[in-house]
Amino acid sequence: MIAAHGGKLVERVLAGDKKAEALEQAKSLPSLRLDEDSVSDVENIATGVYSPLEGFLGRNDFRGVLDHMRLGNDVAWTVPIVLDVGEAEAAGFREGRDILLACESGQPLALFHLEEKYTFNREEMAEKVYRTLDAAHPGVARTRQMKPVLLGGQLDLIQAPVTPFAKWHLSPKETRILFREKGWKTVVGFQTRNTPHVGHEYVQKTALTFTDGLFINPVIGRKKKGDYKDEVILTSYAELIKNYYLKGRAVMAILKMEMRYAGPREAVHHAILRKNFGCTHIIIGRDHAGVGTYYHPYAAQDIFEEFPDLQIIPLFFRSFYFCKKCNSVVNEKICPHGAADQIQFSGTKIRDMLVKGEIPPVEMMRPEVARIIMDFQQPFND
Amino acid sequence: MDKEFTTVSLPTSLYKKIEEKIKGTEITSVASYIGKVLREHFAKEEASPEVFSQEEEEKVKERLKALGYID
Repeated sequence: MIAAHGGKLVERVLAGDKKAEALEQAKSLPSLRLDEDSVSDVENIATGVYSPLEGFLGRNDFRGVLDHMRLGNDVAWTVPIVLDVGEAEAAGFREGRDILLACESGQPLALFHLEEKYTFNREEMAEKVYRTLDAAHPGVARTRQMKPVLLGGQLDLIQAPVTPFAKWHLSPKETRILFREKGWKTVVGFQTRNTPHVGHEYVQKTALTFTDGLFINPVIGRKKKGDYKDEVILTSYAELIKNYYLKGRAVMAILKMEMRYAGPREAVHHAILRKNFGCTHIIIGRDHAGVGTYYHPYAAQDIFEEFPDLQIIPLFFRSFYFCKKCNSVVNEKICPHGAADQIQFSGTKIRDMLVKGEIPPVEMMRPEVARIIMDFQQPFND
Repeated sequence: MDKEFTTVSLPTSLYKKIEEKIKGTEITSVASYIGKVLREHFAKEEASPEVFSQEEEEKVKERLKALGYID
């Protein structure tokens, strides 16, 4: 089994007496309510998804991530995990003292041991993380809305929020034990924020040919307008796995996290998180974690050259399509036929068909998956 | 951040050996090569996967069974 990133699987989840003490202590602490994305970050830090992080980044690590894509101790880390607050709010918190982090509902979430408060340059962060300052990029827009002060420090989870997808919500400790129970020595992770079409299935099964198990890991959380709703993605994947995968070779669990659409940097970030879940390999396709045309189609594969120490092995896939002459899903390296024989996997085309109530051709989408999606009145985020 | 880079001395013969080795490759400097090799080396030393207590394992397996992940 692959070691967690940084060498140690972080687990900062309070239980038993320590949890009770924390809840008591929390009554007298200043508190901070977090939005859904930050709540997910807290949970991911505490359960080891973000190992080796034990809290929100301090100044030193933040700078390292922006400038070198590494923490201050040289461990690779490409996406800043930070907690932003307003100036007035920050003034109410003292370095060296604890803060109660709460969900939007007010439910206690975690004890945050504030170590430092610092300011940052939003434009610099946007440009370095997203490689663009175009306001139309969702990550840039989000960065510009961030509050001006960042809080750095470690945290301990008191109580995880309830998720509607609890049956698919596993921590890294749970996935690691699961993979071991299944006898999987090598596991390939598949990151997705979409329902599956035949091309996705082809990529996953090709990778599974070389590994013991497949870990389908959809991102659940803030996405952009027009993306599939979380429940649509999960139920369609469950249907695909039930009908088209060998029992014992593929499992699915969610990753609760905001999609940043940071292209190359996020591809490495995704690899690190799946390493923490216990994956030895990860599928990286064309324009992984990209949006629009901000990133070269294979920049998210090229960036892995800069991280010879990641240990999780990226499996790079070129763009694929269905060839009528080959009569199978192929890619540009293995198919000699021309564009006239190609059926492209167009997400937009599939979406348009589904919206009109048409089942896409079997070369594009399994009919069972299509029917599941069409059962939803509104399968897309508004 | 602390000073970002520091200077290390290498025997000239070793430096030249590395220069020769990286000619025609994508590695653009001796420093980059050394950084890459050392990072690979340290990654191999990364700690072995953790061992969970029997109690933790049993609790997790119960949950995995209840969710249908294992029989």
